[in-house]
Amino acid sequence: MANESVATNVYVPYLEQKGFMSWLVTTDHKRIGIMYLISISLFFLIAGIIALLMRFELMTPMADFVSPHTYNVLFTLHGSLMVFFFIVPGLAASFGNFLIPLMIGAPDVAFPKLNLGSYYIYIAGTIIVLYALLQPADTGWTFYTPYSATTDTDVVMITFGVFVLGFSSILTGMNFIVTIHKMRAPGMTWHRLPLFIWASYATAVLQLLATPVVGITLLLLIAERSLGVGFFDPAKGGDPVLFQNFFWFYSHPAVYIMIIPAMGVISEIIPVFARKPIFGYKAIAYSSLGIAFISFLVWAHHMFTSGISEVAATIFSFLTFLVAIPTAIKVFNWLATLYKGSIELHSAMLYALGFVFLFTIGGLTGVFLGALAADIHLHDTYFVVAHMHYVMIGGTVMGFFGALHFWYPKWFGKMFNESVAKLSWFLVFVGFNITFFPQFFLGIQGMPRRYATYPEEFQSLMALSTYGSWILGLGVLIMTVNLIKGLFSDEKAPQNPYGSLSLEWQVPSPPPTLNFDKIPEVTDWTYGYGKKKEVDA
Amino acid sequence: MTWIPEAASNLAGKVDGVILVITLISIFFFVLITAVLIYFAVKYRRKRDDEETPYITGNEPLEIIWTVIPSILLILLFVYGFVVYKDMRTPPKDAVDITVTGKQWIWTFDYYNGKKSLNELYVKQNVPVRMIMRADDVLHSFFIPQFRVKQDILPGRYTQLWFTPTKVGTYDLYCAEYCGTGHSQMLGKVIVLSPEAYDIWEKGIGVDEGDAVASLPPEELGEKLYKEKGCNACHSLDGSVVIGPSFKGLFGKTGTLEDGSTYVADENYIIKSIYEPQAEIVQGFQPVMPSFKGILSEGEVDALIAYIKTLK
Repeated sequence: MANESVATNVYVPYLEQKGFMSWLVTTDHKRIGIMYLISISLFFLIAGIIALLMRFELMTPMADFVSPHTYNVLFTLHGSLMVFFFIVPGLAASFGNFLIPLMIGAPDVAFPKLNLGSYYIYIAGTIIVLYALLQPADTGWTFYTPYSATTDTDVVMITFGVFVLGFSSILTGMNFIVTIHKMRAPGMTWHRLPLFIWASYATAVLQLLATPVVGITLLLLIAERSLGVGFFDPAKGGDPVLFQNFFWFYSHPAVYIMIIPAMGVISEIIPVFARKPIFGYKAIAYSSLGIAFISFLVWAHHMFTSGISEVAATIFSFLTFLVAIPTAIKVFNWLATLYKGSIELHSAMLYALGFVFLFTIGGLTGVFLGALAADIHLHDTYFVVAHMHYVMIGGTVMGFFGALHFWYPKWFGKMFNESVAKLSWFLVFVGFNITFFPQFFLGIQGMPRRYATYPEEFQSLMALSTYGSWILGLGVLIMTVNLIKGLFSDEKAPQNPYGSLSLEWQVPSPPPTLNFDKIPEVTDWTYGYGKKKEVDA
Repeated sequence: MTWIPEAASNLAGKVDGVILVITLISIFFFVLITAVLIYFAVKYRRKRDDEETPYITGNEPLEIIWTVIPSILLILLFVYGFVVYKDMRTPPKDAVDITVTGKQWIWTFDYYNGKKSLNELYVKQNVPVRMIMRADDVLHSFFIPQFRVKQDILPGRYTQLWFTPTKVGTYDLYCAEYCGTGHSQMLGKVIVLSPEAYDIWEKGIGVDEGDAVASLPPEELGEKLYKEKGCNACHSLDGSVVIGPSFKGLFGKTGTLEDGSTYVADENYIIKSIYEPQAEIVQGFQPVMPSFKGILSEGEVDALIAYIKTLK
């Protein structure tokens, strides 16, 4: 790695400039990253509160807290806000923006103004969706036709918001691809790149190629609703299953848009706190690309019971099993990285290990849903709800929380309270498992998802799940307070508190406005931890 | 409660086989990964800050092993899932056809023998049944957990599934595809009758049931019909509005119709609402109720009215 550059210029932290205008017109990737971070975190908290309300309603079989219609609106909002406004832009837009230029030794992204423009498009999308909340849709986040084409609620506004949001995703993806290709510091070859960069690259490709499809699909739905064009309405010669094909052609790759950056985060955190080189660097790097590629070919595994042909179902089941292989390889590589390490259980590391544990459950339960015969029974039950949350919370959100705790000192130049962070990790981890593990059993028992009311035999497990959600909620609350309090603490963060070799830790905390006084010269890969015995093959 | 519902069809055991094998393999890998994770985290926990760590970047034989073994296992699981799926999707030639129509939020069944039923599917033990399914409005999904069968129902297209019920009893039928406000109330029952009982049901109204029904006081019969015929999907008993007006305090109530005229909820109004629901729509409600003509007899409507009268 490059040596710390000698300070030739005066150090001006990027947070130095104050005032509202300095944020509105900033083209600094770090500041744009912060704005994304605040926006997505707000949506995470709002959608999380909605989830708590849903779980509260589900404590008893009857619709006694809210009406069935209100419940349907709540799960639509929870899903839409979490997916489109938190988890898809999520790590890619916030940490991607902050880290990519720093990690590759660049002063900024390739197109800084476009980057700010992407953020404004994101805000435009959020304003449209907030307006849509006046008469919220009740279709579920999947907007399946014909229901979405016929319900009285305002589907057009929320889908239009998501459509607008898509452009932000596409432009950010393109910006990152160009940045990673063209802005790497001298000596930063592809095989020296941090794995977070490889993950961001794979994610950006998915964003660029998949997002237009959902944009067009939602546009078709809007045309169907407002102009009466029958794309999906069988009465007009349309095909309701076509919508599902279009929708999942985007939304399955989108699952990987959500999870791959988190895998990148884990690949950064584990080597630092184990003081070991990442095990199987190339396998992890290329498996990100492999997953991204195969993810385009598995969308119909969401549709085994939808009425697609048996041949199609069989082919998609097979391809789904293929995507499990690169995912399994990553888990084994992370484990092997721990071997003979010097492991520090910092809160960020706890989130990373929690990720490996929970994501393993999420991945293994995915095998049930990929196997045709088992999926017929489990599809559209709580088993799917549990599986999806193990991947999305156990995976992505754990990665997000891990990233928050790991890069916090770098990003803000301050420290949070580590003991409180560990406590909140524990509550999040335990609460999450109590919330979602019983749902696997509910699903096997046959409890269908999206039920406002349910048969009494499911009550004990449903209530357990609700109690778990309170612990999870408390954990997130404590974490949020701890991280916000840290911003106002007097404790200044050191430049490199964990002894990381990655470039972003070789500049002061918080980084200077232009990142590097002098573009660094890179001489080794990012993971040169540990003692080299002899020349490695 | 067992971990998996009772297996009550010929397919259930086969599906359970797939689920069980995947469960065992998953538990094996889960325990292995967790054990290694915890073992490493404890054993290699940092004790001093200057500990030396080895520089290990990979191990080709190990990486090949952990790529190849899961790959083989996954392909075997795919094949196993596929083989059972093939059985699930191939109805035998002698299967009996029953047509299902899903409509927000009721199930209607039309039998080969001309009989009809609502929300209650009658099938004969050990006789394969092929369900021919379509929807009237939006997507629904026909799901019987105890039979391990599920298939979406679409408007404008037929889908099918089949099963052979193996155990006499009553089983839950759920709508598994979200279909709007009353989705979680779109519940039915599958009643598996022994061949003898089925023959009697085929000839007239179900015997056990017919006798019981005939001997019930009208209010109780009305309550039974309220649940069985799906009224409860849309009409609450506690005054809350689900889809249609609540039955609580309904009888004798006055109100305004969509066209501005007023109505009194008397016997004539209720029977008309059941047989010709589109004729008079109460203000603030959608014209979504299906007609129950041919489904509820006049005697049954009388019983429902008697029941509604009790709901003060």
